[in-house]
Amino acid sequence: MKSLEELKAIREQMKKQMDVRDQSDSNIRVAVGMATCGIAAGAKPVLAAFLDEIQKRDLHGVTVTQTGCIGVCRLEPVVEVFAPGEEKVTYVKVNPEMVPTIVEQHLMKHQVVTGFTIGAAE
Amino acid sequence: MSVIRSHIMVCCGTGCTSSESPKIAAAFEEQLAAAGLSEEIKLVRTGCFGLCAAGPIVMVFPDGTCYSRVTPADVTDIVQEHLIKGRVVERLLHMEGDGGDTVTSLSETQFYKHQTRIALRNCGVIDPESIDEYIGSDGYMALGNILENKVDPQEVIDAIKNSGLRGRGGAGFSTGLKWQFTRDAVSPDGIKYVACNADEGDPGAFMDRSVLEGDPFSVLEAMTIAAYAVGGTQGYIYVRAEYPIAINRLEIAIKQAREYGLLGKNILGTDFSFDIELRLGAGAFVCGEETALMTSIEGHRGEPRPRPPFPASKGLWQRPTLLNNVETYANITWILNNGWEKFAAIGTEKSKGTKVFALGGKITNTGLVEIPMGTTLRTVVEDIGGGVPGGKKFKAAQTGGPSGGCIPAELIDTPIDYESLTAIGSMMGSGGLIVMDEDNCMVDIAKFFLEFCVDESCGKCAPCRIGTKRLYDLLCKITDGNGTLEDIDTIEELCYHLKESALCALGQSAPNPVLSTLKYFRDEYIAHVVDKRCPAGVCKNLVSFHIDPDKCKGCTLCAKNCPANAITGAIRAPHTIDTSKCIKCGVCMSNCHFDAISKG
Repeated sequence: MKSLEELKAIREQMKKQMDVRDQSDSNIRVAVGMATCGIAAGAKPVLAAFLDEIQKRDLHGVTVTQTGCIGVCRLEPVVEVFAPGEEKVTYVKVNPEMVPTIVEQHLMKHQVVTGFTIGAAE
Repeated sequence: MSVIRSHIMVCCGTGCTSSESPKIAAAFEEQLAAAGLSEEIKLVRTGCFGLCAAGPIVMVFPDGTCYSRVTPADVTDIVQEHLIKGRVVERLLHMEGDGGDTVTSLSETQFYKHQTRIALRNCGVIDPESIDEYIGSDGYMALGNILENKVDPQEVIDAIKNSGLRGRGGAGFSTGLKWQFTRDAVSPDGIKYVACNADEGDPGAFMDRSVLEGDPFSVLEAMTIAAYAVGGTQGYIYVRAEYPIAINRLEIAIKQAREYGLLGKNILGTDFSFDIELRLGAGAFVCGEETALMTSIEGHRGEPRPRPPFPASKGLWQRPTLLNNVETYANITWILNNGWEKFAAIGTEKSKGTKVFALGGKITNTGLVEIPMGTTLRTVVEDIGGGVPGGKKFKAAQTGGPSGGCIPAELIDTPIDYESLTAIGSMMGSGGLIVMDEDNCMVDIAKFFLEFCVDESCGKCAPCRIGTKRLYDLLCKITDGNGTLEDIDTIEELCYHLKESALCALGQSAPNPVLSTLKYFRDEYIAHVVDKRCPAGVCKNLVSFHIDPDKCKGCTLCAKNCPANAITGAIRAPHTIDTSKCIKCGVCMSNCHFDAISKG
């Protein structure tokens, strides 16, 4: 190591990895339903797609977690987005192709992708 | 999947390690691999979270779920339920207090809410065996900035001076001044040393160990900065051999720092060079005293020498030496990164910043806490510590270990800072805080600490070698029931002689526990001497056990369990204790279902 620049580069890279441990209240929380019903309907690739997309776009302040079954198993995979100060949004029948849209519209621009929500499906 | 979605933090400090946390970590690794999750979930072995009483602790991120009292057998549930299906394992969630609410956010608990974590900022937060994670938490930024911008060493010292940081080993001398003295001292050949006192020896104290186990790099970086500031060329960390985990992590940390060019020759490509070596102490308490510590590093028998000269002018091998305690160093980079103003804003007028305490004794949340200076003892005991367990009454707290004193219940609102504690006859000390309840005999406590000093006296000076022993004999006489009122006067006199004539701090401070218990609990001494009675029922010679014939149902349980066969009686008839045979072990009392046995 020869310079502060090199140190800072390591710091930025590590900060991204350690973001997972950030418990700030201002974080947007994305919860993917991963009970048996969710996993069977393909929730795992959806979870992976969220993580990939968020990393690709270098987003911070977003927490991606798993959650259990919320009761609408027929609409799985279910993804819920909790943004501080905003109402909870529930996306249903999510597939990995829908993820970039949700990330770009909802997580980055705070615009709900109405067409993917539970309201549109019902 | 290329992105790590979850981090599992398993505490691998000494406390949790002793309750099998390494097995828990290994079980996680094995089961994550079996479930095909190794690529997406990272296991991190951390240092101490502070909640030692509830260990082993496992934290799951990003959820921030805190599981306590986890066993290796519980790992399957956490992996199958939480990590695969996203369902929190309710039965393992940490609870605040006994039968309290389960905790969903650790920072909201009474235990953490009153704490300010500076020295412990990375403990339980990063992987202490990864220099990358330390750098990811702003580690080495302070050193990097100083070297890159060629900051004037005097500027660094001024920042430390202005912060008001004082030595955390117990004496409380200004850290900035110590750095200044070492910088100003002239070395005959230009060699100056920077040393770290990690010879934590107070019974019940584990602050420094936890810092070394949880965040070793912060000490290495601070020592390197100190070397830059005072002109140091070589560093030594003197650490007890009884701290194997701390030593292991320090060795790993030193190796990684050297590989990154952050220790050794030409640090960060500049012409500044500094390296650190470990020196293992054999566990002699006196080696925590600075002159004895340096004598030991030099390879001699660990004995103190008179001061002056102070280490800053003539320390290791007669060269100027900067010697700070682990916790003191752990504050340095925080001060430089956040500004001394921010540090000086915490605490009281003369005691700035925070202090780490190892909470022990009769307290619910045994563990490690860091509080702003000036926090009252009440907050520490009742809020953070969760109070005395079993509905017992708080009697006193002991700070400063064998060199410190007792704070009685009536002074529980005393703010914890250097001056306030000294004013009431105790001392800050290195940070052991032992809580005592009504079942503790204060004469016995004083005897315990004195016995420790008798064992640990190095024997170099007569006042300490002979004086502590004589004091101990007198206390034994009292707890045996043979004491007189004159003995109490002799004890006090001897205490003052010892304080004034001993060579080093060990002997000078050894009478403190006796003097402070005499000051606040003289009635207990009198009870032992005049009434031949131990109010707390601890001193065996002064205690006798009795069976209340009205309450005794004659169940025979006490007689069956008595190891001395001192209890007799027919079935369903009141029993009696033969006091001449009784060895006062108390087994009968703890076995009685009818509360029929009393001692007094």
